[in-house]
Amino acid sequence: MLGLNKKDTTLFLIVIGMAMLAPFILNPFPEGSSLAQMFNAGYPDLMQRFVIFGILVIGFNILFGLTGYLSFGHAAFLGIGSYSAVWMFKLVGMNVLPAILLSMIVSGVFALLIGYVSLRRSGIYFSILTLAIAQMCYNLAYSVLGNPSSNFNLTNGETGLQLSLNDPRILGSATTDGALPVTNLFGAAMRSSYQWEAGSWLFTFNVGYYFSAIIMLISFYISIRIFRSPFGMMLRAVKSNQQRMNYTGLNTRPYVLAAFVISGIYAGLAGGLLSSMDPLAGAERMHWTASGEIVIMAILGGVGTLIGPVVGAGFNEYFKNILSKINDDILHTWLSFLPDGLENLLVGFLHYFVGKGWHLTLGIMFMLVIIFLPGGLVQGGQRIAKLFSRKKDGQATPPATQTPAE
Amino acid sequence: MDSIILQILNGLDKGSAYALIALGLTLIFGTLGVVNFAHGALFMIGAFCAVTLKKILTLSSVVEDPTKTDFLGKPLKVATPYVESWFGEATGAALIDWAVPLAILFSIPIMIGVGFIMERGLIKHFYKRPHADQILVTFGLAIVLQEVIKAFYGANPIPTPAPAVFRGSFDFGVLLGFDPNAIIYPYWRMVYFAFSAVIIGAVFAFLRFTTFGMVVRAGMADRETVGLLGINIDKRFTIMFGIAAAVAGLAGVMYAPINSPNYHMGMDFLVLSFVVVVVGGMGSLPGAVLAGFMLGILEAFASMNQIKAIIPGIDQIIIYLVAIIIILTRPRGLMGKKGVMEE
Amino acid sequence: MGILEVKNVGKRFGGLQALNKVELDVKENTCHAIIGPNGAGKSTLLNCFVGKLMPDTGSVMFDGQSVLGRTPYEINQMGISRVFQTPEIFGDLSVLENMMIPIFAKRDGAFRMHAFENMFAEKEIVEHAEHMLEDMNMADKREMHAASMSRGDKRRLEIGMCLSQEPRLLLLDEPTAGMARADTNNTIDLLKQIKDERDITIAIIEHDMHVVFSLADRITVLAQGTPLVEDDPENIKGHPKVREAYLGETAAA
Repeated sequence: MLGLNKKDTTLFLIVIGMAMLAPFILNPFPEGSSLAQMFNAGYPDLMQRFVIFGILVIGFNILFGLTGYLSFGHAAFLGIGSYSAVWMFKLVGMNVLPAILLSMIVSGVFALLIGYVSLRRSGIYFSILTLAIAQMCYNLAYSVLGNPSSNFNLTNGETGLQLSLNDPRILGSATTDGALPVTNLFGAAMRSSYQWEAGSWLFTFNVGYYFSAIIMLISFYISIRIFRSPFGMMLRAVKSNQQRMNYTGLNTRPYVLAAFVISGIYAGLAGGLLSSMDPLAGAERMHWTASGEIVIMAILGGVGTLIGPVVGAGFNEYFKNILSKINDDILHTWLSFLPDGLENLLVGFLHYFVGKGWHLTLGIMFMLVIIFLPGGLVQGGQRIAKLFSRKKDGQATPPATQTPAE
Repeated sequence: MDSIILQILNGLDKGSAYALIALGLTLIFGTLGVVNFAHGALFMIGAFCAVTLKKILTLSSVVEDPTKTDFLGKPLKVATPYVESWFGEATGAALIDWAVPLAILFSIPIMIGVGFIMERGLIKHFYKRPHADQILVTFGLAIVLQEVIKAFYGANPIPTPAPAVFRGSFDFGVLLGFDPNAIIYPYWRMVYFAFSAVIIGAVFAFLRFTTFGMVVRAGMADRETVGLLGINIDKRFTIMFGIAAAVAGLAGVMYAPINSPNYHMGMDFLVLSFVVVVVGGMGSLPGAVLAGFMLGILEAFASMNQIKAIIPGIDQIIIYLVAIIIILTRPRGLMGKKGVMEE
Repeated sequence: MGILEVKNVGKRFGGLQALNKVELDVKENTCHAIIGPNGAGKSTLLNCFVGKLMPDTGSVMFDGQSVLGRTPYEINQMGISRVFQTPEIFGDLSVLENMMIPIFAKRDGAFRMHAFENMFAEKEIVEHAEHMLEDMNMADKREMHAASMSRGDKRRLEIGMCLSQEPRLLLLDEPTAGMARADTNNTIDLLKQIKDERDITIAIIEHDMHVVFSLADRITVLAQGTPLVEDDPENIKGHPKVREAYLGETAAA
């Protein structure tokens, strides 16, 4: 289907199915039950984050997964995309399509410039160059470019760039009641939702989510095509042996630069979508630790695999959400079967890993994955699957269609 | 003239911190070949050693004093630190006052221990893995360490003042014959600079004049040959890791009065320290020190109002800008050797 | 007139004159060996042909065009392929993919962004690669992970990758170094076969005299960066200067 082989088609169909049915899949527990409070993730805000961060990491994976160039400054493109989209909302109109288009163009231009400079070096020097350039962008966005009292206030500094009633919006806006206009796609507001009550279950279908999900699916499809193309093969060859590339008559730099720009555009698109869901862009999105989080999501899922980025982004966002919701009371309820002393001790210990301590848990998971599962959760899944399918083994997948190792 | 001297002085304290952290990073990189993103966390742990010692020294017994009452009319609770009741009021108070300098002694064994555990428990297993993996696992470790600190000490900065004698500033300009009040410089920053100079000198002397140091330097230059001579280089490298951790920790201890320790100070310093290492030249110890001070002073100059008026925002980006230019034009940095880490 | 003409090439590293007034003339469709004791400058010379090193003096002309100042990929595109001392292949890719990459490079040039078609949909390239694998007797290994093969197979694959580009000049840098006897003999047979069956010029750097005398039509002896003699193999064997150069090496060692 669509020029994909059978295995990829299956994968793509599964992802389509999951994305479309996400409001059901993520809301398995009846509304109001304690399990629902804890584990349901089917609300618009979180679902949007799943797919948007999915796009971001899919793009990052095209660079890091295929070429092995570790960019530690990718959040800069996310931020640039966010600002671009908000400016589009302020100056032109509230339709999201032009906004994300501008996000992609601006971040693509930045990626071309930054990539051109950074790709003069490889290895750790490349990582530090991207880190330094991204920190520069962050510092500038936070200070001079965002001074509210100056005429040249691009980012609005600490407060973040947001809409106001005085914005020109040349394509007009329907603000009759003095409220801020909302982002929309030809009139369909991103934040509007349809809720369906089925028994004691409540499912929410949000316009913004479905819009982002469709864009994620398109991005995912493009990434499959790139992985299976001669271009993708060249990128894997760059990772494998640059020396041989050069002596085979291939110029590696334009290949890596193209991958860098593509992944920059993906990041810009993700930033534009974040702003489309909530038109507010702050500099903290560009901080280098945000870049680190992108790397973490990619590694968690499985670098260099097709589905890994989506898994990593989803896993990261889902656990962040759950872990931060767990508090001591909930822990006490869960552990009430234990003798009191032990219960208190255990709760006291677990206290550090949940609620505000979710960073710690994710940090530990991240370390464990790097140490024991360099191929990420996808590799872990494959290993488990292998254990169960030992019997009907014999038909090994050819490496040509398999995801590149490591 | 006086303003130039003032900026140089202003750059010295940050420059000292950069130099100390970069020195440790370079030691680890040069000996073990590992890019350690958790090095900033070691700096942070050092600063929290100072906080911890202060807390330990101020542990108090609470006694109700029946002779005094608080505003509700209840007996006033008086907290007396144990050290004051043990060593007498004056000695105890002095101990508390001098908590930060005392933390130097307190932190050295802790930092060396942390360094050993890190190297033996984690880093050792990553020597053969790609640099990207090393970066990632130490980055993960840095997150874990800072979150652990946050869990125990909270998210807010904890003021940890210097001993009373070193609080306040002195008029440096008068010494040099300028007008009074032209160059005012805080005492503690003076102390910090002197302290870091001593540490840097000690590390260099250790490497130059001891047999141990000689072997390590030889190992930095050519690991295989030294290994062939039958010298157990790995063990020495582990000790080097401990020393590098101690250097970072000491830099953190003494930095506590300048900037109240918070859990993310390590991450804040980390990126800049890497930039310093690259500017100095990967694997070059003198380069790291030189670049540390140079960039610290450069940053101080860039934050002068006269300069900011010409190029707005330059103070925010100057270090990165210098680093980018250096990497692009002179990839081996100011004093680095050829070919280090260039694939 | 030869296909590769080297005139007056000199290269200095600090205090060491690695190459001094090197002259070389490789005739088309011959196998020209460059031999010499360790440190004679053989590898330095080879690196000057492929754009890795820039000589201080002299010229290197390939088919009438200078190769100096060009990058390795440009020189490859001119028709020079290089085999390395330790096989340089794409270890993370499959054998078939390894073989396809040079064919893509030959057809599409140094960079082409065909990011949206399937790589296996390029029938002519896949067929060419499969054909090449058959020539190399590796058809059964096409799906293998290249890094997991034996050293001899890696060498075979690397030579195949170079040949798939139909280069006019094939440079071999000690192709049998570090190989077991059996692998060495296999490689010699393969190279002989290539030499007989294809219109190709081969320049080989080699230490192993067995390999040299099985393959070479012409031999240049290099010592201390200077060409000592250039002659046919029969004459080289007993040449006093050559014996001196090699014996001198043995005596010193």
